[in-house]
Amino acid sequence: MKLASLRALNVERAARRAALLVTDLDDGSQRVVRETEIPGDPLADILSRHLASGRSGLVEADGRQFFLTVQAPTVRLVIIGAVHISQALCPMAAALDLSVSVIDPRTAFATPERFPEVPLVPLWPDEALAGPLPPLDRYCAVAALTHDPKIDDPALLAALKAGCFYVGALGSRKTHAARQERLLQAGLSPEQIALIAAPIGLNIGAVSPAEIAVSILAQIVSTLRAAHLRVAKTGAPA
Amino acid sequence: MLSTETDILNAAEAWRRGGRGVALATVVETWGSAPRPVGSHLVIDENGNFLGSVSGGCVEGAVITEALDAIADGRPRVIEFGIADETAWRVGLSCGGRIRVFVERID
Repeated sequence: MKLASLRALNVERAARRAALLVTDLDDGSQRVVRETEIPGDPLADILSRHLASGRSGLVEADGRQFFLTVQAPTVRLVIIGAVHISQALCPMAAALDLSVSVIDPRTAFATPERFPEVPLVPLWPDEALAGPLPPLDRYCAVAALTHDPKIDDPALLAALKAGCFYVGALGSRKTHAARQERLLQAGLSPEQIALIAAPIGLNIGAVSPAEIAVSILAQIVSTLRAAHLRVAKTGAPA
Repeated sequence: MLSTETDILNAAEAWRRGGRGVALATVVETWGSAPRPVGSHLVIDENGNFLGSVSGGCVEGAVITEALDAIADGRPRVIEFGIADETAWRVGLSCGGRIRVFVERID
């Protein structure tokens, strides 16, 4: 591998942008394809499928064998609210290899006893995302679970502005209608607001906190895989 | 932490920039109960220092030998280990799986 290719992969990884390394196993020739360059690549369809699955692997094209090294940023799940559902959500999200953190300024909720081994930030969302946690980006999912507009709304605003691939908010349709009105007042467009998954989670009839956690994670995975495909087709961030 | 594929590629770049001869080994195919998934890396320098893994330690020695050859001659190569291969029994992929590893010099 050329040192420049290795450097390019490391730069993309550090910037939390996806990239693939395409290696021709017959002659050892290689190229780095950044996520935005996929639509212009001869193997565009294959590359976007592999990026969507997140898996490195061998492919055949034009009678040649290529190895694709897929380098996708670690997906983060930022949970707003150290609530009962979050307690169920954290270990399940970790099992899916999501990098989880929990934000809640209410110190009665945000205790290490309730959230062992989870990065827990007992601050308001804006404060938490301005240093204690890295800023949000499009490889982040944000789940707002406090039911409290003072805490959830600023997080939803930040998530939509940062282009997070998934933004979900707990609450009934009535609660969400009121929320939509507040977010419009706060300057978001109806299109941005429409990206919020609310009521949060796939409709699987979830009742218990653990079941709601399953429905939220299923929705996150489904959105993640679909988002990669959209990027590859249009060449623009989803 | 020197455990993730990221750290390994960062180390590969740093070692090369430091003037060392460096090779990168990547698992490109697995069959059966292979210990490390496709895409796993092992980085090796000209003195035989290494980081990461392509198996549970079973075939690292043989991969390092190939890597030193690749550093010397610059030729990328694909090597296979597995139960179908008598020599593989000697280097010992005892889990019964088979793996193919691509070894290349960092230029």
